[in-house]
Amino acid sequence: MLKIVVCVKAVPDPKEADKIKIDPVTKTLPRHDIPLVINPLDRHALEAALQLKERFGANITVLSMGPPAAGNVVKESLALGAEHGILLSDPAFAGADAFATAYTLAKAVEKVGPVDVVFCGMASSDGSTEWVGPEIAAILKLPVVTMVKELVGCEGDTWQVKSKIEDGYRLVQVKLPAVFTVTRELNIPKTLSFSGIIKARSKEITQWGLEDLNLQEDAVGLKGSPTIISNLTSIEIKREVKIIEGTTEEKAERLIQKLSETGVI
Amino acid sequence: MIDFTFTEEQELFRKAAREFAETKIAPKVPEMEETNRGWDDVVSAMAEAEMFAITIPEENGGLGLGYVARLIALEEIGRVSVATAMMLQVFGLGIEPFIKFGTEEQKKKYLPALAKGERLATAAVTEPTGGSDPKGGRTTYKKDGDFYILNGRKCFITNSHIADTLVVLAKDEENPEAFSTFIVEKGMKGFKPTHEEHKVGMRGCNTGELEFKDCKVPAENLIGEKEKGLRVAMSAIGDVGRGGMVGCALGVHTACLEASVKFANERILYGKPISRLQAIQFKLAEMKIDLEAGRLLGYRAAAMQDQGLRSGNEFAVAKYFTTEAAQKAAKMAVDIHGGYGCMEEFPVTRYLRDSFVLGPSAGTSDIMKVIIARWVLS
Repeated sequence: MLKIVVCVKAVPDPKEADKIKIDPVTKTLPRHDIPLVINPLDRHALEAALQLKERFGANITVLSMGPPAAGNVVKESLALGAEHGILLSDPAFAGADAFATAYTLAKAVEKVGPVDVVFCGMASSDGSTEWVGPEIAAILKLPVVTMVKELVGCEGDTWQVKSKIEDGYRLVQVKLPAVFTVTRELNIPKTLSFSGIIKARSKEITQWGLEDLNLQEDAVGLKGSPTIISNLTSIEIKREVKIIEGTTEEKAERLIQKLSETGVI
Repeated sequence: MIDFTFTEEQELFRKAAREFAETKIAPKVPEMEETNRGWDDVVSAMAEAEMFAITIPEENGGLGLGYVARLIALEEIGRVSVATAMMLQVFGLGIEPFIKFGTEEQKKKYLPALAKGERLATAAVTEPTGGSDPKGGRTTYKKDGDFYILNGRKCFITNSHIADTLVVLAKDEENPEAFSTFIVEKGMKGFKPTHEEHKVGMRGCNTGELEFKDCKVPAENLIGEKEKGLRVAMSAIGDVGRGGMVGCALGVHTACLEASVKFANERILYGKPISRLQAIQFKLAEMKIDLEAGRLLGYRAAAMQDQGLRSGNEFAVAKYFTTEAAQKAAKMAVDIHGGYGCMEEFPVTRYLRDSFVLGPSAGTSDIMKVIIARWVLS
């Protein structure tokens, strides 16, 4: 039976993104009362695992690093159909950049034991670095396929997947165990069900901290993060209205000219 | 300290219901509005999402989640389509007599299929001569061997043309004081849905009249004690019916507030969004105050119901408050939208029409006051 780990991140609900403001002094994103939800692309990663479970049988462990409040996204993942939930939560993990996050997640994957597949969303809706998946693979010395849009063949231990590239895709053959980061084209995630929520009552969430993973404090969290954020600013998008006058043909011509000038076409 | 927070599991129920409403019901709303149809699709979707199983006990094929969970589901569905929430709410009235008064055989025979949504339920009490006064109803029954013969007419029945299993209140032909309730099934000889209503709001929610003409109902279809039918009907309407209308009202109210906040932040007047104007802010504040108060009333009553406590009076208060507040909120939402509030492209026109259907359902506001006054004076 396939052993799958799905990495999920608790992110501020993107539907309430307009409430997120950069703190001008600390250059952080205070979350206030914005609810934490599963990173949308991670829902696709979990759905990929759930579909494999339906087809071939699989044991799915969901792994998330975050504050105790992130336990709700692990619980939700269990309600969606994962068997095991692990929350990596420790004050020492706070302030981690993509590398320190990947390092901590990779160490947790090692502790879970031999796994066949690690699924991650291609990017998170808040940080959006797209680094965590590939970095987990690098730390675990596993092959990685990024931006997976279709699982073409996944019988046995050699998979064929379509990986999205600009203007198309590449067909990649990879031997398991491997790490895959997925795009939204891969599937349509199922919605939560009431009976799934009831089933999750009997599923425990395991919490691991620094000591459980046997890690040094300076290798994780802010101390283990090589990234330095020198500045953070909001981008303001201003709309401008221009009325194009003339006959229909003239208007079309002027519109094309305007669009070429601005680099749209 | 009283704990006013929802459990983690209840929060997940809300999330599940919201996701369901936004992905499966919202796309159907335009068709429902335009055609006053579309109920087949939303009923199937609700069946698939286990919405009909919420309060049915696990031993009868349901989820046994109780009435707070039901209120959460109705509120979330009502926020997107109160027409759909209304069909689910009245389904709740139709199954409650089975849960509370059904024999083991009746529960076994009907509840599993109802939980799966293979059969749809409703309750038929209101008649042209009696709704607020159920004793004024003229539908009669008489015993005839192993059958009861029903004659009469019911009106304003939600799910009238689509329900497969109906709980019908009728009075003894010989004794106008003796009421009993019966299980009537679609296709029974002498029973047919007749006129379909075109309501001012909740379009796409099936409502109509029922006719019973020498309708032969097997004697085992008597539900609850003979001649105690008013208790069966009122028990369903009292807690479940009023509780359901609270969910519908909270849904409409939330939708009004959300639409108003969005519009007020986008609409620029005097060089700034109208949300900066105190006149608009006061309206939004009033809507929020009523919504918070309505939620406290409604969820308290539902929590009491889940604990097995009598909650009919508390639901009467919550039903009165939330349905009146939703009407007020819909009017304010339209006012905030100004001229746009008169245009069908904006959902607030629908909320205003929908809000007017909230009042009379499961007891008018004046009847709620009668009940509340009786409670106060008792």
